[in-house]
Amino acid sequence: MPAELKDLAQLREMALPIAGETMVNMGPQHPSTHGVLNFLLVTDGEVMHRAIPHVGYLHRGMEKLAEEVPYHGYMPFTDRLDYLAAMSANQGYAMAVEKLLGCGVPPRAEWLRLIACELNRIASHLVATGTMAMDLGAFTPFIHWLREREVINDLTEALCGSRLTYHYLRIGGVGYDLPAGFADRTLRWLDHFEPMIDEFDRLISHNEIFVARLANVSPIGAAMAIDYGLVGPNLRASGVDWDLRRDLAYSVYPECQFEVPLGRGYRGVVGDCYDRFVVRVLEIRESCRLLRQAFERLPEGEIQAKVGRKLKLPAGEAYARVEAPRGEMGFYLVSDGGESPYRLKVRTGSFSAMSIIEALSHGLMIADLVALIGSLDVIAPEVDR
Amino acid sequence: MSGPLADRLRAQFPEAVTGPEQKGVPEAVQVAVGALPEVCRFCRDDSELDLQALSCLSGVDYPDRIELVYHLISYRRKHELVLKVRLDRDRPQAPTVAEVWKAANWHERECFDLLGVTFAGHPDLRRLLLPDDWVGYPLRKDYAPPTEYHGMSHHRADPLRPVAPEVHAGGEVPRAR
Repeated sequence: MPAELKDLAQLREMALPIAGETMVNMGPQHPSTHGVLNFLLVTDGEVMHRAIPHVGYLHRGMEKLAEEVPYHGYMPFTDRLDYLAAMSANQGYAMAVEKLLGCGVPPRAEWLRLIACELNRIASHLVATGTMAMDLGAFTPFIHWLREREVINDLTEALCGSRLTYHYLRIGGVGYDLPAGFADRTLRWLDHFEPMIDEFDRLISHNEIFVARLANVSPIGAAMAIDYGLVGPNLRASGVDWDLRRDLAYSVYPECQFEVPLGRGYRGVVGDCYDRFVVRVLEIRESCRLLRQAFERLPEGEIQAKVGRKLKLPAGEAYARVEAPRGEMGFYLVSDGGESPYRLKVRTGSFSAMSIIEALSHGLMIADLVALIGSLDVIAPEVDR
Repeated sequence: MSGPLADRLRAQFPEAVTGPEQKGVPEAVQVAVGALPEVCRFCRDDSELDLQALSCLSGVDYPDRIELVYHLISYRRKHELVLKVRLDRDRPQAPTVAEVWKAANWHERECFDLLGVTFAGHPDLRRLLLPDDWVGYPLRKDYAPPTEYHGMSHHRADPLRPVAPEVHAGGEVPRAR
């Protein structure tokens, strides 16, 4: 019988190491880990047996710090939880405090929050999809996306004076009203940007090499995604139809028209790396829709409820969830009646996304781990807090 | 005020589940520590509760107890339930629920790391965020931060100048200006 070329999938599944196991450190300083984190790779050549994540390099004790600072004073700290999505972190914390305080938010402030958060979501997904392409060797799309993101940074700078750590949302409202010409500037940019998404799709989303690197790689089924607590785009890419903005509606999202993109196995199986990529690109388009609606419907009025400079919350607890770009961000706030939180626990999307990597790593090629990390869009400071 | 979820859980476990202890949404119930895995499995598998996912596990250090708070959610039925477990502050120990929800694995490791709660039966109970040789549990209310870590002082008048070892031993800690 002539010799047959063995199937790669079969070779990967071979339980016994062929060449013996090698341990390789990937990180803590590695271009594809997006922040400081370390993977201990147990490999047999290019095929991994395990990738063990070591996190905590960016642990700043955010939850401990919350117990030391006043309620208003903690808001800038939330900016640093996830430096790509500070608006959503602001909103999660503000909502937890507002729930316990029982204070409302003026309608104009709610719409301004939506504008800020959706702009931020676009910026965050631009980095996520752009770096994903870059990690796999396609540098051009990343530059295209960064060029667009610069405009968003300019807009947020005009809005609140900051390009990254915004501190724009406040307890009971927002910090500033729109600067003159902001709506026109944003709408003009959207007119330019929406065709750019088409160009991005032409450039990279349908690029056959790119697709081949992602399709059918590390699929996560719906049951597994729920079991590991995946949230946001990662959960939806696995086909679970769940978006907090629609399903546990908050702010003014129920008044808006938008679709929730799901993974459909666009070029492979449902929940593979390519689905996670596509879901994010589609979410960028939905955020553009939301922004246009917000500027159409933005009411006049107050932007800040009266909450007082020195806040004392009634004893009790609240849990607020927001749909951040990396999925559900949950703030569990316990108050004992004092001037700062008794306990604040932050649950983030990257935390659960990071914990699934080890389970998916068996039999994966090292280069595919880069695709997996990129597709899960993990942000180290959000894991470590 | 008691909601349908809490009622259903109490009817199933009349002895282990009490509450609700908090009004409003989401409902919160108190669970006896020994029955925790059983209650959690029922929460996940029961077709009416259908609490598919563990959203968040928090530990809170109260003066008289350490409380574990499990935020559960059902994506199909769009409802939430909170389980609370009281632990002895001197020997905080709870059974793991990592077999019920894989998400619990890292949440429990974090809780062990920062609050010193041990989870019996956990597959890999190691510190998660802090270094393995860290002493103490920072989210305890009586936690005193160390003054140094491996010879690196946390109190330095001039961060560019190392502190002489004898200053360390002498107990006179130079304060940052």
